[in-house]
Parts: sequence; C-alpha cells; structure tokens
Amino acid sequence: MTTTLLAIGTRKGLWLATSEDRRSWSLSQPHFLMTEVPSIGIDTRGGRTRLMVGVRSEHFGPTVAHSDDLGATWTEPDHGSIRFPADTGAAVERIWQLQPDSVDRPGVVWAGCEPISVWRSDDGGEHFELCRGLWDHPHRSEWGAGYGGPAAHTVVPGPDATVHVAMSTGGVYRTRDGGASWEPRNSGIATPFMPGPPPEFGQCVHKIARDAVVPTRLYAQNHHGVYRSEDDGDSWTSIAEGLPSDFGFVMLAHPHSAGTIWVVPLVADGERIPPGGQLAMHRSDDAGASWRRLDDGLPAQEFNAVLRDAAAVDAGDPVGVYVGTRGGEVYASADEGETFTQVAGHLPDVLCVRAAVLP
Amino acid sequence: MTVRVLLPRLLSECTGGRTSVALDLPAPVTVCALLDALAAEHPVFDRRVRDETGALRRHVNVYVDGEEIRRLSGLQTPVPAGAEVMVIQSVAGG
Repeated sequence: MTTTLLAIGTRKGLWLATSEDRRSWSLSQPHFLMTEVPSIGIDTRGGRTRLMVGVRSEHFGPTVAHSDDLGATWTEPDHGSIRFPADTGAAVERIWQLQPDSVDRPGVVWAGCEPISVWRSDDGGEHFELCRGLWDHPHRSEWGAGYGGPAAHTVVPGPDATVHVAMSTGGVYRTRDGGASWEPRNSGIATPFMPGPPPEFGQCVHKIARDAVVPTRLYAQNHHGVYRSEDDGDSWTSIAEGLPSDFGFVMLAHPHSAGTIWVVPLVADGERIPPGGQLAMHRSDDAGASWRRLDDGLPAQEFNAVLRDAAAVDAGDPVGVYVGTRGGEVYASADEGETFTQVAGHLPDVLCVRAAVLP
Repeated sequence: MTVRVLLPRLLSECTGGRTSVALDLPAPVTVCALLDALAAEHPVFDRRVRDETGALRRHVNVYVDGEEIRRLSGLQTPVPAGAEVMVIQSVAGG
C-alpha cells in the first residue's frame, strides 16, 4: 500500500492531504494559518520525505520552513534560509518556487524568488546561496514585473549543469554552467502585449516544463501563446492549435513519458476564467501536436482561475494529476487526468499544489 | 536604563511565548539598538519585523510612548529611560 501526499498552499495557509488510492483523501488542519504559501517542494530523494514551504506573511515577511515528519513539526534556521547578501541592498519579498534537483544531485534544491533571483541550496533546502550570475545580469534593469510581482517563478534543472529559469517579465533564461552565466532563450515567442517584433527578452512566460524523456525538449505556457522547444530553448514553435485558448498559467509535463503534457486554458488576459465558465484540463500525448479536453469530475461551472503553480503531477503509475482554483477547490486524478475527484473545497485561494508518492 | 517592550501576540512563538519584555540597555538607546538587543535573543522575531537590509517591514509599526516612529526618526528614534515601546502589526491584511 502506498500513500500519496498532496500539499495545498493557499492564500491563508497550508493543508496536507493523504490518500492510499488517490480518490479518497484525508485533509489535515491548516498549517501556517493566515500566511500565504506560494511555494512547496516535496523532496523524496534518498528514501526520505522532506517538505519545504515558502511562506509569507503580509505583515511579517517571507521565510522557508521544512518538515521531515510530514508536517508534524516545522523548522527554519534562526537567520533564515534565503537572505540577500548585504551588498545587494535587496530583501526577499516572496519565495515563488522550491524545486528539488534530480536524484543525481542529492541535497540540491533550487529556489526562485521575488525580486527576480535564483538560489541554490546544497543542504536540502535549509540554506540557499544567491546565483550571482543572474542577479548581476546586464538585462536586470530591463526586466519588468508581472501582476504578481517581479519574480523568477519557475526553475527547471536539467542534465549536466543546465538550468532553465522563467521570469515574469523577462522570459526564459538558460545557464549551462550551473548558474554562472545566463542567456535569454525566447526566440519564436510572441509578445502580443507590446508593440513591435518580439524582443530577445521581455516575454511574459507563465510556466515552463521539461520533457522527462527528451531533456532538450521544453514546453511553455505564455501570456498568450503555448510553445514547444526541441533544442533546449534555442527556438520555440507554437503548439496552441487545438486548444480553446492560448492563455493560461499552467504547464505540466509527464514525469515518465515523452510528449505528454497538460495545460489549463483560460479565455484571455482580459478574461481570466475557464472558457465557458467550465473548468477543464487539456492533455496532449504528442508533444502538443493535438490536444484532448479532460473534464470528467471537474465542476460544470467554475469562474475561478488556476494559477501557475496550482497544478501538479505526482510520479505514480499511472501519474496523478492535481489542480486547485482560486475559489479554493482542489481536484485529484489518479488516471492521468481522465477522471477527477474533489479533494477539498472552500479553502482560501489555492496558490500552489505539489504531490508525491511517499517512499 | 530599562525599557519595556510590548510584543505582538502573533509573534509569541518567536519570543518564547512572551508578549512583553523589560530590557536593560546602556543609554542612549534607539529603536534600532533595542531591536538589535531583541534580535540577539530572538533572531526569528527579528526577521519577522525587519528584513535583511535592517529595514522595518512595511506593515509592522513601532510606537515609542505612543508615537509611531515613522513620524519621528524611524529606527533612529531615541528611546528615553522608562519608555514603553510597542511593536505591533498594522491593520493591513485581507
């Protein structure tokens, strides 16, 4: 019997749900009540489970806490996990992403933060060091702020020393030397929100994901535009045909199979609701060449958006798919999105979900 | 000199459960020096009220004998002997 953990980060706290079959769920009492939880990392490498959360109080600021006992107790270093060095004159506003690296790099965890910055931990997420190469990047003064704030919201570690970062607004950047140097990688991605031809950087990327089998294949959901890259981000081509809209925030890639991805379309930047007021995920099994609507078990009426990290997959077989709305509803699928059951309802706005089959 | 500091109940888990402390500090005392003294004993409390640049968080207010320090000299506001200093969250929130 395996247990699956689903962590739900909301505007006002963290809830943990567990299930043996991913259809019937047991929901915890809230953790970190009255603080937003915009980022969660579940690290199951090495046969242990570490939960990491980026929490933020409107009054008392952000911090990173971790738990090695499934939330029974939480720990944070006295002087904080993520602190800008004094010479930067900067202060962390929000931790947007906590991303464990691969099993080949145990202990390595990446963080993406606001203001736009990427951090690396070598001790399992207890202490992070600022990636100076991106912080000192000459493009910095030209990066903008999305509605949620200027943030490196997605960090996607890859093979060797490759890491892709997505920032709003700035677009996709890639390092091939572990973070020492970074190059924009947005060729082919349109910028319909600004005049003129698409620039080298400045795109408003909402989420990127890497194909689990073909690591040089990436997928991106942009602020209008859904794309695939076959060359590690060097160039992007549209895969939006067949979707009801090219707007949305979510991009999920299958953890085992090549070419399977999920998105959650919203109507448009000026109408951020599911098309027709009906929540649906769309899955492609051919890297975006075609799409199929999945809505069995999702509500017939839903006028709330799904935020960029409010959807996730686990690594089960078949893969579990999870989605939460700004209306506080959370749904789980034990069959790769074919059918969903409700995990929780009437929670605060769901900011992020992460799930893992526990070792 | 002795200064009495009232701490927000919301942060009591960072202050060993205490919601007020009496600090003995060498004069002259500023709000910054007072927070530094608190930080030595309660570093997590300090991170909650000041960011890593040392700035008071936007939605945290500090009063010295009833006067909000942003209307005075900020963290350099002098704290007289026998003063009561209140650290409290602002009315921000949703």
